[in-house]
Amino acid sequence: MNRCAIVGIGQTHHKAKRQDVSIAGLVREAASRALADAEMAWKDIDAVVLGKAPDMFEGVMMPELYLADALGAAGKPMLRVHTAGSVGGSTAIVAAQTVIAGVHRRVLTVAFEKQSESDAMWALSPKIPFQPQLTAGAGGYFAPLVRAYIRRSGAPEEVGIAVAVKDRLHALKNPYAHLRLENIDAAMVRDSPMLWDPIRYLETCPSSDGACAMVLTDDEGARRAPRPPAWVHGLATRSEPVVFAGRDQVDPRAGRDCARDVFDQARVTDPRREIDVAEIYVPFSWFEPMWIENLGFAPRGEGWRLTLDGATALGGALPINPSGGVLSSNPIGASGMLRFAEAAMQVRDQAGEHQVPGARRALGHAYGGGSQFFAMWVVGRERP
Amino acid sequence: MSGIAGRDIAIVAFVELPPVSRDTEREEVELVQPVVSEALARAGLERRDVGFVCSGSCDYLLGRPFSFVAALDGVAPWPPILESHVEMDGAWALYEAWVRLLCGDVDTALVYAYGKSSLGDLPRVLAQQLDPYTLAPLGVDADAIAGLQARALCDAGRATERDVAKVAEGRRVSDGAAAVVLAAGATAERLAKRPAWIRGIDHRIEPHQLGARDLTRSSSTRLAAEHAGAFARRPDVAFLHAGFPHEEIILRDALAIDDAVTRVPSPRADPMIVAGLTRIGHAAATVLDGGADRALAHATSGPCLQQNLVCVLDASREATS
Repeated sequence: MNRCAIVGIGQTHHKAKRQDVSIAGLVREAASRALADAEMAWKDIDAVVLGKAPDMFEGVMMPELYLADALGAAGKPMLRVHTAGSVGGSTAIVAAQTVIAGVHRRVLTVAFEKQSESDAMWALSPKIPFQPQLTAGAGGYFAPLVRAYIRRSGAPEEVGIAVAVKDRLHALKNPYAHLRLENIDAAMVRDSPMLWDPIRYLETCPSSDGACAMVLTDDEGARRAPRPPAWVHGLATRSEPVVFAGRDQVDPRAGRDCARDVFDQARVTDPRREIDVAEIYVPFSWFEPMWIENLGFAPRGEGWRLTLDGATALGGALPINPSGGVLSSNPIGASGMLRFAEAAMQVRDQAGEHQVPGARRALGHAYGGGSQFFAMWVVGRERP
Repeated sequence: MSGIAGRDIAIVAFVELPPVSRDTEREEVELVQPVVSEALARAGLERRDVGFVCSGSCDYLLGRPFSFVAALDGVAPWPPILESHVEMDGAWALYEAWVRLLCGDVDTALVYAYGKSSLGDLPRVLAQQLDPYTLAPLGVDADAIAGLQARALCDAGRATERDVAKVAEGRRVSDGAAAVVLAAGATAERLAKRPAWIRGIDHRIEPHQLGARDLTRSSSTRLAAEHAGAFARRPDVAFLHAGFPHEEIILRDALAIDDAVTRVPSPRADPMIVAGLTRIGHAAATVLDGGADRALAHATSGPCLQQNLVCVLDASREATS
């Protein structure tokens, strides 16, 4: 079997409005940085795999067609993946599979969102015939799931606030992060407006313009790489229906199955001990304890204790989102790939101020839709 | 292009809805469920036997975000499934499924695509594909862009105005859905008497800016065909995805298809996003039912044939050329 290595990683400076660049300029910024990291030129790339969330977020239909020029894709295969919020992760997985399958040797994978071009809140609130209109965006959809989690677990209110503070403190160590709240503390989060009870303004993610890119390659490409690669130890996806009677949306089976699959592939039997750092998709602070449990890092109902104990902060036993996570930068289509890329940066000792010292194995996680689409990879410092 | 340890992948079933110009009755899931169920039944597979599912659809045709999420109910994805989606014609979903099968850990895949072009004004909807800063604001629609290509072909002396007159009639709008079942190696031989082996599949894109390409040639089709091994042996039959007669002239030239190859004309109803997958499906069906030993299928996407995919199917699992 062919192995897949990550030899180049790049991302943009994420902001509410990147009015200094077009959509093409945004993706090219991330891709150029990934190529520079890999010390490759555009001509060295065999194929491009692009991902983003719904086209209505920018108002361009199938924008990969227009972006072919900016991404040096002319004359090459170009794929466009869309799996809702999980798309950044799914896109990296599709790209990795072209290497594992032996179809391509050097693949550029890119994910982006330029939310300032349109109105994501509008695009997330469509009027579908014969269905009640969801007019409250993603927060309105997910707040009831958070309430259900709090009721089941008995977790105290401080948990959501603690995650919001922790991830923003992490973001201060990440030069690419969108939100940089120098004076963040629990009081500031507690005093911020309640948007969708129990989710406060500072417990939710921002709306960002941004992109992420990676260069993936095979054994030979990894040997030639100028810097140590990250190796793919496992990759998995799972999907389930958005709704049916009895579906557990708080602790979805698709997420549990996906985690078991990716840890099995990576021969991880005790994720809490064997994973050194995790970048997981937390758009609302309470999703940190929810996913800690869904991923098997803690028993059901106990995930919040890791958060309150400080285990998930930099310096803790299981640092989660040292980059600041989705709570600090959220270019939706790229948010999943940023989790995958940040995990790879950790095992390459490339994360600068937010590096977890000596990280050997890391998890990248993304989810989308109504907590129904999951994409994950485990990356490691050693070739598996 | 051979994958893992030369793993061979074949199409073992293909089903499409009879395309209609306008389907006011059915929404996404009702388009998908019938073709998926029938395709699996023809392959003799249960839903739970399917290793990987991949679909192609386009939110702009349905006029809503996350259309594919609603459609997913059509495969009843419970317990949770391994699944992916491309915002492209289903031909590219089939390509992703082929890659997935080459990885070696799953043996079967289901691919589907659906589209409802009738919900909008298709040429104006397709105009939203154009560069949003330099081309879309000009207000030119997709049929007018196609006219530029037809004009270029006439000016080059490779078509007459009579050949391209149909551009003026515009494209035919239609709704539909299709599903294909793929399988690897011995599994394919178990599921079909005469599997349609994918002997090559490749896709290429060209620059988006019309001024940056020769509109009278399809270099991406030529390149994809070369990488798919299309020129190794002449196919018995070819299914080309051409929205207009002048596109077919350009494609025949790129694919070196002469009069000895049976060309199947594009159907009257040809649903966007499904059309490319149905070309592969029909090509596979002619091999599956013994009508041809070798068939070529082509799919296109984007303004003026910007992106093209070529798939070569053969009744023989072993290379004969």
